[in-house]
Amino acid sequence: MSAANNQDLAPENGDAVSRREFLVRLGLTTALVAGTGLAARKLWQPKHYVPGFQKETGQQLKNYSLEASKVYPSLAIAHGTEHEKTIRAALTALGGMDRFIQKGDVVMIKPNVAFDRPPALAATTHPDALRAVAKLCREAGAARVIIADNPINSPTGCFFKSGLTAVAAEMNLDLMYPEASSFAPLQLEGEILKNWTFFSAPFKTATKVIGLAPCKDHNLCHASMTTKNWYGLLGGRRNQFHQHIHSIVSDFTMMMKPTLVILDGMNVLMSNGPTGGRLSDVKPMNTIVAGTDMVAVDSYGYSHLLERDIAELTYLHKAHARGLGNIHWEDTLHKEVTA
Amino acid sequence: MKFHPQDFLKLRNVRRVAQVFFFSLFLFLVFVTDLRYLKGYPASLFLELDPLVAFATAITTHTVYMGLLWSVALILPTLLFGRIFCNWICPYGILHHFTGWLLGKSRAEERERIEANRYKKLYSLKYVILIAMIAAAIGGTLQIGWLDPICLFHRSMSTVILPMLNLFFPSSVYVRQYFHVGAWIIGFMLLFLVGMNVLIPRFFCRVLCPLGAFLGTLSSVALWRIDRDPNKCVDCDLCLKSCEGAADPHTQLRKSECFVCFNCVEDCPEDAISFKFLPQLKREVTTPAVPARRAFLGTLIGLGFYAFGRTSGASDRNYDKKVIRPPGSVEEKDFLDRCIKCDQCIRTCPTNVLQPALMESGIEGVWTPILNMKIGFCEVNCTLCGEVCPTGAIQRINIEEKTGTGPFQDEGPIKLGTAFYDYGRCLPWAMETPCVVCEEVCPVSPKAIYSREVTIIKRDGNPITLRRPYVDPALCIGCGICEHECPVTDEAAIRVTAVGETRSKDRRLLMDGGVTSSVRDLEKRQR
Repeated sequence: MSAANNQDLAPENGDAVSRREFLVRLGLTTALVAGTGLAARKLWQPKHYVPGFQKETGQQLKNYSLEASKVYPSLAIAHGTEHEKTIRAALTALGGMDRFIQKGDVVMIKPNVAFDRPPALAATTHPDALRAVAKLCREAGAARVIIADNPINSPTGCFFKSGLTAVAAEMNLDLMYPEASSFAPLQLEGEILKNWTFFSAPFKTATKVIGLAPCKDHNLCHASMTTKNWYGLLGGRRNQFHQHIHSIVSDFTMMMKPTLVILDGMNVLMSNGPTGGRLSDVKPMNTIVAGTDMVAVDSYGYSHLLERDIAELTYLHKAHARGLGNIHWEDTLHKEVTA
Repeated sequence: MKFHPQDFLKLRNVRRVAQVFFFSLFLFLVFVTDLRYLKGYPASLFLELDPLVAFATAITTHTVYMGLLWSVALILPTLLFGRIFCNWICPYGILHHFTGWLLGKSRAEERERIEANRYKKLYSLKYVILIAMIAAAIGGTLQIGWLDPICLFHRSMSTVILPMLNLFFPSSVYVRQYFHVGAWIIGFMLLFLVGMNVLIPRFFCRVLCPLGAFLGTLSSVALWRIDRDPNKCVDCDLCLKSCEGAADPHTQLRKSECFVCFNCVEDCPEDAISFKFLPQLKREVTTPAVPARRAFLGTLIGLGFYAFGRTSGASDRNYDKKVIRPPGSVEEKDFLDRCIKCDQCIRTCPTNVLQPALMESGIEGVWTPILNMKIGFCEVNCTLCGEVCPTGAIQRINIEEKTGTGPFQDEGPIKLGTAFYDYGRCLPWAMETPCVVCEEVCPVSPKAIYSREVTIIKRDGNPITLRRPYVDPALCIGCGICEHECPVTDEAAIRVTAVGETRSKDRRLLMDGGVTSSVRDLEKRQR
């Protein structure tokens, strides 16, 4: 580019501009002035108020449970040595998976994959248990099966090393990781839990929900079974839950009304829970408990699988007292079978 | 215009295909360095091919670690054909080649481009840098990672580019967003080096690259090189138009500067330039042009770096409590002998606990990996960092070795440090509130964190029963999940510090020969 000299820059007709140039330049400036004004008018927040900080109301989880049956038992206890056979036996005792899952259902299975552990340590849902339940769902006609959990350890590591990633690939299950966009606020009238961020993505499509939990010792709340399993649906600052652990865990019975819960007591983590870590923490109990009332299921699990005194399991008593389940499992319609 | 297939089969295009291939391979390997995809991929292939890594670690450790032997595969062709790596294989060189074309003088006038590609004295700086790094290595500290292009690019990928991708496209790279302490420094360094291509084409490659300097030195003896036939040459200087290395093909070729990009061969209108076997010595500048006194200065800087770093004490008695090294790391001074700051371990870490250090381990340890329990924790059943470490700074331990089980029962677990309570911040200790999340998540069995039930009278007069936690230092492995999960999130009520780490005799906590598991003598571990 050559620099313009003064001669080039000298006006030819005084300082006149063409009509076209006059209109374009005036129009441009006017448009910018008007645009600024309009934008300011639109965006101005005159009151002492910051948008986005209003009290938010979350969504409520649907009720996924079936109507109570007078014919079928609500609790089944099956003894056996193989996951698939024993789970099948338990479901048959309950009236078959067809009772819970119909053709076309989208089933969300909630395993407990809180920790990055191999299956043998019994700190996570066993891959054989997941495979069996997924198979039963498919046989009953489920269109899709989703598995999802928000673990304490790294999600990819937990699913991978618990063996569930492999089962998901083998059985063509939808494995949902807890991504930032997977969460939404949940509304609840719980004792403590009122408004909390939860793992909502699977529930956008799920029509049935099955809880599939290992039976574990827990350092603070004594046991982690099917009720405590729903902890993995919550996000946010969960490490505050421990300040009111029994209230929170009993709130889960209000938060989640699952179609079915299954407690895997084939190998029970008897000590050093909820993480375990040694094979000597694990004891084979060769039992699967399935049912529609997680309080009854856990009550059996605590007294017969962890072999402890149910009197100390405060959260189950809280849930029972609030009418959210029956801690006296022996009073419910139940069936005990051997695979 | 008609399409002539032979026009497409130009050397330039063959080279471009190679560049796309190697750059894609690099990106692919970076991407799969993740628990989900890693399988058996050679994640550190480019680092292992890098002869500067092999050479410098051989100086500091007197060995060539495992896959670093691959560097031979790069040294041999360099001795035959010169610095082909720089313009055909090096992903960082390809990045600068591409960004230089995109942002630089590619659309400038022919004369300007020719001027931009003339050799400058500044280009000898890389040899001084290389000499300084080798001098530092001879002293006993490995510092090539600052500027070695493969280390630098891997580091930029792990700590800046992938997290940036995930920030713009959530969950595309990580399930949860990763954070890296001081990522902005590495990010701006990358931007600066890329941006400098506007002023000086291939700025990094010509001016700074110590690997280029290393390969340039090797290529002094190359049997083939670009050669100009002075009888055909009309001195138009058009060969400089696209000369990547600024190697002066229009006169005596600077052999150590030539990237063997072959642009000059095709740009010459007189067919005066060819790639020739054993051309005459008088038509080349055989060796790098580094004045002896500059080389001496480089040596002083390198030895000084080592001496100033060491005598600052950060790797010795004045070690920082935050220098918690990945599991399987060798003792600190050996670590500084081996770590090339490539941050592959940081890339593969599934919890994001590994972070590039700033000044925690002194000037020598900048960008080496340390654990930050606020961001992550060390997963007990994971040894990925050692798996991808190309130099053995983090050894390839297995889970049994890490946890002290199976054949490693007698040696006990690898400890990264020890957790300590800050009872003034702990809810059950100081604030009448139940908690013990730390105990819950403690992954060892029996748990290193245990609690005692106490009933206290609260301020309001009511009794409360709660559990108060303690650490058993004999069982604590320093994984830091207690600190990570502590609800006191700004400064946790339990924090891991480096003391008690098994990799170092000087940093142990408990007396050897005691009754508890931590005290099992870790001399067996010093392999």
